[in-house]
Amino acid sequence: MQANDPDILWVEEPKLGLAGKLYLPLIAQGLTTTTRHLFSKKITVSYPDTEPEIANPLIYRGVHRLNRDEQGRVKCVACFLCATACPAHCIDIIGTESPWPDREKYPESFTIDELRCIYCGMCEEACPVDAIELTSLYNLTGRTREEMVFDKEKLLSVHDQTIDKEPMRSQGGATSQGGFP
Amino acid sequence: MAKVWIDDQEIELGDNERLNGIEAARRVGVEVPHYCWHPGLSVVASCRMCLVECGTKNSETGEVSMLPKLVPACQTPAKDGTVMVTNSEKVAHARAFVEEALLIDHPIDCPICDKAGECNLQDYHFEHGQQERRADIKPFTSRRRSMGETVTLFVDRCVMCSRCVRFCREVTGTNELMVVQRGAHEEIDVFPGFPLENKLSGNVVDLCPVGALGDSDFLYSQRVWFMKTHNGVCTGCSTGCSIQIDENQDKVYRIRPRTNPHVNQWWMCDDGRYNWRYIHDDARLIGPSVSDPAVSGNGASSNGDGSGLGLMEWSTVIARVDDDVRTAGKMAVVLSPHLTVEEAYLLCTYARDVDPDALIAVGPAPVVGEDETFSQGFTIRAEKCPNRRGVEEVAAVFGKRLTLDELLPKITRDGIQTVWVTGGYPQADWMDEATANQLAAAQMLVVQDIADSPLWQVATHKMPSATFAEKEGSYVNFSNRLQSVPWAIRPPAGARTEGSVYWQLLGRSGLYQSKIVLKEVASEIAFFRAAGEDVGEHGVDLTIDMLAGA
Ligand code: SF4
Ligand code: FES
Repeated sequence: MQANDPDILWVEEPKLGLAGKLYLPLIAQGLTTTTRHLFSKKITVSYPDTEPEIANPLIYRGVHRLNRDEQGRVKCVACFLCATACPAHCIDIIGTESPWPDREKYPESFTIDELRCIYCGMCEEACPVDAIELTSLYNLTGRTREEMVFDKEKLLSVHDQTIDKEPMRSQGGATSQGGFP
Repeated sequence: MAKVWIDDQEIELGDNERLNGIEAARRVGVEVPHYCWHPGLSVVASCRMCLVECGTKNSETGEVSMLPKLVPACQTPAKDGTVMVTNSEKVAHARAFVEEALLIDHPIDCPICDKAGECNLQDYHFEHGQQERRADIKPFTSRRRSMGETVTLFVDRCVMCSRCVRFCREVTGTNELMVVQRGAHEEIDVFPGFPLENKLSGNVVDLCPVGALGDSDFLYSQRVWFMKTHNGVCTGCSTGCSIQIDENQDKVYRIRPRTNPHVNQWWMCDDGRYNWRYIHDDARLIGPSVSDPAVSGNGASSNGDGSGLGLMEWSTVIARVDDDVRTAGKMAVVLSPHLTVEEAYLLCTYARDVDPDALIAVGPAPVVGEDETFSQGFTIRAEKCPNRRGVEEVAAVFGKRLTLDELLPKITRDGIQTVWVTGGYPQADWMDEATANQLAAAQMLVVQDIADSPLWQVATHKMPSATFAEKEGSYVNFSNRLQSVPWAIRPPAGARTEGSVYWQLLGRSGLYQSKIVLKEVASEIAFFRAAGEDVGEHGVDLTIDMLAGA
């Protein structure tokens, strides 16, 4: 964008008044805020001794999980839309013919590099069958880089761990249909 | 001269041009959506997607009289005075209804369909379809059955355009595919026991405007939008079909024909289409080496397999080869018909530079069976190499051109010190042991090749080279048409294109650029004169200059 672009609206900085030039009223204003917070209820917690409480796990963007369908099979149909949407290119899928008669395609391998991921949630938004979701697990650690590349099994185990507390966002796109709801 | 009006734009067609409404509209940049029409097949006008308003303009009064009903543009010739309207509301409605009708029994399983991203049904739906679906039909999984070894049919995705059926009738003349049942139950199928098994069968996959016909070889291996498409030339036979190489991150996933009216029209054969896996073969040669008793003796950089070969850096190898070749003296070169014109020229130039009397031979051009011609003229040639004509013409100007058999006895008789052989054949058995040993009679045997062979075993200077997808350059096909193409992928680490090696040997600076070399070739060799100007997508015919030269 050029500086002389007609879409740019140039505004003048407002001039400081007398109170602004004196500084003192502003300092008093600032100190009031500080003092008010000193005595109000604390919302910071001393992590890791105390775990923060996540207000709404359903919209939190933490570690991914791969959902299972009613029969316990991976719900993903290997359409690669998440990999396409991912701005960090951290999803790697190898798709192949599914071993089940009622489904056509499934991921032979599905890996997410959790270190590369920027947790933007685009994959979740792109998924036509609601197979990938971000959970509220946020404290993710590992000893090696390899350990942080989550494969299909690991992602499914995240599902098993979290499904009770965080139900699937929607039941749309039953996998046996492989299409948009 | 015929005057035609399309959406208020006027075009003039030549006297001998026979265009239909779709082609005429294309001339003025108007795209008429269509499924069943294909330039290479007969017109059936069955899909009704191309409906337009049509009329005639009276040349005297200038009055336009329109037909009351819409007509299919594919079946309407563009004649003098034809007026077509493709952007009216009436036309838009017709298109939306056709789209709606097609989608009523379509599975809409785009997320798992290989065609998604290059599907006409998808594209036209976004462009011409309705916002909302009135039919209450949930997406479902398509039924699927195999049509033959290479082609799978996803039955419910089909839009019954019958392109595939017409292809098998008209182009191959083998009639395998047919329409079974009637009305809403129509399906494509083969007769039991007679699968789709002709040498052009892969083309029906490209022809299918939707994802109904799938390539079993490519199935589910990539989504199409991840791949980049590069122009190429098929090196399977001397027809030299124009192709597109689809690649993602230096890995080839499929090869498709590229339209070229002078060579392959719209088609290519299955041999060329599927025979590219050797590019990514684990057995590809990598890492250059020079046999050197001194090096392997002290074990400094021996490659450990006891062959006495020292693996080296490319830069040192090239300097070494140059040194050794220049000290050795008398030289003979075998040009592979898999080399590009530019590479052959550079190698000959180098050989002449080293030894002004260097012998130039053309390597074997494998012939398998006989030419195979299909009913509409498409021919698979028996000569299984892309550029025999090109290297022969280059070799001819560098003195008497020999065949490999003529060269063999000369090696010992004339006391040739260095033999430089280029390979690059996909056939593993292109060189037998006896010939290899005869070539090895020279003191130095320099070999550039892609796979192990008896020749590679006896070579003293080994330089792994590149396959067709990895090189840029020009090929001259059987009918003297020269096509220039860029490279599609990079060669594997440890292999280098022949061209870049010669470029460096000749001491030229910068990166190897085939375009520059082709200009030189065109100005120096009369046969290639026509290639001096820009070689377009369809290549240039060199025969014109050949006749002039004669
Ligand atoms: S399979 Fe494809 S090419 Fe054949 S009729 Fe159906 S849509 Fe047309
Ligand atoms: S393209 Fe004209 S009717 Fe099908």
